[in-house]
Amino acid sequence: MNGVAAPDCRRFLARSSFIELAARERARAILDVDTFRELVGPFDRCKSPWLPLQGIVAQADDGVVLARGTLDGRPALVAAIESAYQGGSIGEVSGAKIAGALELALKDCEHGRPVLPLLLLETGGVRLQEANLGLAAIAEIHAVIIALRRHVPVVGVVAGMVGCFGGMSMAAALCSRLIVTRQARLGMNGPEVIEQEAGVAELDSSDRALIWSLIGGEQRHAVGLADDLVEDDAAAIAAAVRDAFALGPPLVERSAQVDYLVKRLACIDPQRPPDAIALRRLWREGAVN
Amino acid sequence: MSTQQSPSERGRIWFEALTGGAGVVEHTPQSVRVADAVLGGEQTRYLAVVADTHNRFARARQGELGLDEACALAVHVRRTIGADRQRARRPIVAIVDVVSQAYGRYEELFGIHLACAAAADAYASARLAGHPVIALIVGKAMSGAFLAHGYQANRILALDSPEVMVHAMGKQAAARVTRRSVAELEGLGETITPMAYDIRSYARLGLLHKLIEGVNADAPGQTDVERVRVELLAAIADARAGTPELASRLASSAACQTRAASSEVRRRLAEQWDAA
Amino acid sequence: MRMEKIELDYPAGQAVRRRVHVGVVGSGDLEVLLEPSPDRRAHVLITTSVDGYGVIWKHVLDRFFERFEGAVSIEINDFGATPGVVMLRLEQAAEALRA
Repeated sequence: MNGVAAPDCRRFLARSSFIELAARERARAILDVDTFRELVGPFDRCKSPWLPLQGIVAQADDGVVLARGTLDGRPALVAAIESAYQGGSIGEVSGAKIAGALELALKDCEHGRPVLPLLLLETGGVRLQEANLGLAAIAEIHAVIIALRRHVPVVGVVAGMVGCFGGMSMAAALCSRLIVTRQARLGMNGPEVIEQEAGVAELDSSDRALIWSLIGGEQRHAVGLADDLVEDDAAAIAAAVRDAFALGPPLVERSAQVDYLVKRLACIDPQRPPDAIALRRLWREGAVN
Repeated sequence: MSTQQSPSERGRIWFEALTGGAGVVEHTPQSVRVADAVLGGEQTRYLAVVADTHNRFARARQGELGLDEACALAVHVRRTIGADRQRARRPIVAIVDVVSQAYGRYEELFGIHLACAAAADAYASARLAGHPVIALIVGKAMSGAFLAHGYQANRILALDSPEVMVHAMGKQAAARVTRRSVAELEGLGETITPMAYDIRSYARLGLLHKLIEGVNADAPGQTDVERVRVELLAAIADARAGTPELASRLASSAACQTRAASSEVRRRLAEQWDAA
Repeated sequence: MRMEKIELDYPAGQAVRRRVHVGVVGSGDLEVLLEPSPDRRAHVLITTSVDGYGVIWKHVLDRFFERFEGAVSIEINDFGATPGVVMLRLEQAAEALRA
């Protein structure tokens, strides 16, 4: 091995995958050491009232881990979605956990005790087995993110492998800053659903390269739909989260930059739509002014 | 693939009935109707998403909420906020009949998730700025489209009519995704209220301010329109009497039954929030 | 395939002071909640998505309690794990208790 390869090799070996961590470990990995304190954890047994009615085994924390702790000493709240349970889908309880925790963070912010809210978004969207209660909870999550942003930045991380879809992709878009990995995907409708509804010519959901080229983390970052592209490493993501909060709130939130959104869409001709790479050139900072 | 029915006209019909064709804000796209009309002596902004079969995006020609529609909603709601900054905050009525968000490769590539978020952000910001935001569901209120157009309202009203429904995914698509038959899904909805498709089951979740009965949803006459105007005014007054958060959704007696777990979670969170 | 609940009971000696949780109710996996039992016995409540395997569950838990002496209440939420994975999670829980 030459002198250049050796340090890369050491760094590679020292790398610790964030994606391989379960939700609880992800939250613990990001918060300051020894500050993780779980809220409404498995022993509270706030389970789904609806899944057992359909013969589906309920997980004791309903697939969301809430933890208070600190980030560089500043009080923080992490909501981490467990994608291994029901695809990270949002049901009544998991949605209430996220919304309710953010609502308490908001109350603290309003009383001069800022809490930094961090969302680890690994979810297919609404849990269809709880349909309308999942959807309603997501609306409540949107509402509280928008209210919280007036006090503190709301930071989101989409790491993979499930990614962030459905109504929760809107939550990602509402975040003040969004951190993604290359393995992440971020989109409103899942590829399988698009293929189902619009046909395989519209989107071949088995074409993984195509999917990632359209909605993968690198593409989203390249067109300004994500703020930071980070490698799959727990320390790197933890650092990126701290950097995101340290930057403070953006001048204008991404979802409030409506004129800019309109301009970007205006330079697209749907009869001759740009492909993913062409879109990067079209939408690169400064190309649309 | 889903069978192609002709797109619903309910949104357009109710938009024209409530605004009387007055105060229309001319703009593109044609699929988002915006007008300022008088309601109870007060200027009120109405917004509706309607089908435009000539939509420049092919996947949004049947009344779906696409990229342009979501952005247009955001634009016109934010203009309302801006215009009323130093004046009385006019009510904003979202007339909801949206079959879904647009499904397409280019919708995803160009960021429909952000466009929908921008619409939701605009409505929520209007609510927080003191505008009474009312959602009037006259047809379908589905998934991402409803999250963007209506679900950030202070108060949600719905017509009690068979075609009126709120859900996370259409029956055919949901059946395919969950690998069940439509009949099986409908059966589950009979005992599992949040899975049901009909609006009366939705009303039992405690999220609706009012289910408006006895109104002809397809071809409203003068009395039907007057009836709805009265309900809109009552909802606006109720919104103004309360706080701008969405907390009222959990306070209803129906919610105490069907959303008890949601309240229990919040109760425990409050208990555990500060370290013992 | 229907959801099934299985209850098992064992004599136990050692009092236990902590509670631990391991696992995820993912496909082929399970979660284990383990906490001090209210009496001098060990109680196990299993909720599993796959019915008809009561004998195998008893066999696995019998083997676990041959070596584990704690007076614990164990709740298992299972989504089709193999006996090997079940034993792995139980041993993880026991290990976490010792840590």
